[in-house]
Amino acid sequence: MRLELIAFLTIARRELRRIVRIWGQTLVPPAITMALYFIIFGKLIGERLGPVGGHSYIDFIVPGLVMMSVITNAYGNVSSSFFGAKFGRYVEEFMVAPLSPLTLLLGYLAGALLRGVLVGGLVLIVALFFTRLSIADLGVTLLALIAAALIFGLAGFINAIYAKKFDDISIIPTFVLTPLTYLGGVFYSVEMLPSPWRELSLVNPILYLVNAFRYGMLGTSDVSLGMAFLVMILGTLALGAMALALLHRGVGLRH
Amino acid sequence: MSAVPALRVRDLRKTYKNGVEALKGVSLAVEAGDFFALLGPNGAGKSTLIGIVCSLVKPSGGEVEVFGIDAFRQREQALALIGLVPQEMNFNQFETPFEIVRNYAGFFGVPKREAEARAERWLKELKLWEKAHQPSRALSGGMKRRLMIARALVTEPKLLILDEPTAGVDIEIRRSLWEFLRRINGEGITVILTTHYLEEAEQLCRQVAIIDGGRIIEHTSIKQLIAKLDVETFVLDLAEPLAAPPVLSEKLVLRLSDPQTLEVEVPKAAALNQVFADLSAQGIRVISMRNKANRLEELFVRLVDGGAKDAA
Repeated sequence: MRLELIAFLTIARRELRRIVRIWGQTLVPPAITMALYFIIFGKLIGERLGPVGGHSYIDFIVPGLVMMSVITNAYGNVSSSFFGAKFGRYVEEFMVAPLSPLTLLLGYLAGALLRGVLVGGLVLIVALFFTRLSIADLGVTLLALIAAALIFGLAGFINAIYAKKFDDISIIPTFVLTPLTYLGGVFYSVEMLPSPWRELSLVNPILYLVNAFRYGMLGTSDVSLGMAFLVMILGTLALGAMALALLHRGVGLRH
Repeated sequence: MSAVPALRVRDLRKTYKNGVEALKGVSLAVEAGDFFALLGPNGAGKSTLIGIVCSLVKPSGGEVEVFGIDAFRQREQALALIGLVPQEMNFNQFETPFEIVRNYAGFFGVPKREAEARAERWLKELKLWEKAHQPSRALSGGMKRRLMIARALVTEPKLLILDEPTAGVDIEIRRSLWEFLRRINGEGITVILTTHYLEEAEQLCRQVAIIDGGRIIEHTSIKQLIAKLDVETFVLDLAEPLAAPPVLSEKLVLRLSDPQTLEVEVPKAAALNQVFADLSAQGIRVISMRNKANRLEELFVRLVDGGAKDAA
């Protein structure tokens, strides 16, 4: 048990060091991108729009944009770091070590969480330049942020396991993650959508994460909080079980 | 010598998905404290065998025990005893040698402070301390190889496996690595190495297994292996150049590698002083004499060729 804890902390520290070492790739781009979103959508366009869900447009999109940054960066952190370890063959350092697949997975998820929290915090700081922030429920806010980092960290890990070349870790973010995020209620309330788009939106898991986080900050949500947490728990368990099973079988690692 | 072998492999088989049968039932044992050579041509199955022992490759069948611990059923306990120095560089080249060695100790459960102390010790032992905090991608080839040895030793393994540890390093570094490996073997660490340099196996190892085509074709002591040589080649440096090799006894094969260097293949039963007497009688003066260094190579080629013919 002690061995596993030390190994976990070593992987987590290594991930944190990587995030800080390449801060120009890991921390700065989301802050700049989100600042542009706040300027263009929040200020220039948003000030001409009426309230959405009872809030000014910029207040409405802040939680969504924070969540979008957390999701993208948690996914990207694990997929690029773990695939980099595979590509550079230093994943073998883990494979010949007496640590369990669970410890390895948790170490990388700690990296996803650290990057998610750092980027989420930075985006919130950037948001302060454009609006006043409020927190309606701190517990829900933190839980939604942690769940988003874990779920998309797990998804990034599974992507990296199957990936054989760097292109393979950019396909899912480009063709799956980005569309689901944009259609997940970041910029609009699903209440504004006509049928059947409104009902179809409910199968998008990102909608639940965005709305749980928005509930934590603004106290309003398009979906029930219970349903949002159920989706988060099921998502974490399902992806976690899949990642562990793949590691146990050595898929993409052991020939 | 301990009764439990450091490594016992029984009927190990591996067939890759592409149908290549890399191991066809390999069995061998390495005694605790031994210095063991695993020899074989490229594609013989050496790296696959090491990969299975170290959990990098999935076996298709067979058993592996490390100090009596089942390497498949008690994977973590077995891996805790092994240090691996792979043939290919497999560390993060953006990290420093100190980070690489310290983190590796951490993956084996060594607490941070202890890991840092050990990293310093082994980087100093391997003469890498001056480069400890520079990016490892800037290290020379020889330094990178020594870094992987330091990394393997930081976990204090009981069994050290080195896959071609001196491939591509210069003679001076190779000799110093030999000294180093002899020393750590003397401290009780069992060492298994694969090598293409047969001189290396002869200099360092007590036991040897030769693998070819996924099968062990010889498993014996280096002494017994060399004893199988029925002919020994001597290199004689001559005082004056010769136009053609002299004719001596029918049992002797002589050839000139250059006008002043004569190679003589002498059967073990033949007396060497008769060779000198015959050469003196023909007025040929010998200045110095040495064994041809690659005598093990001759035997190796014969064994591997024999195996290939048997297989055919």
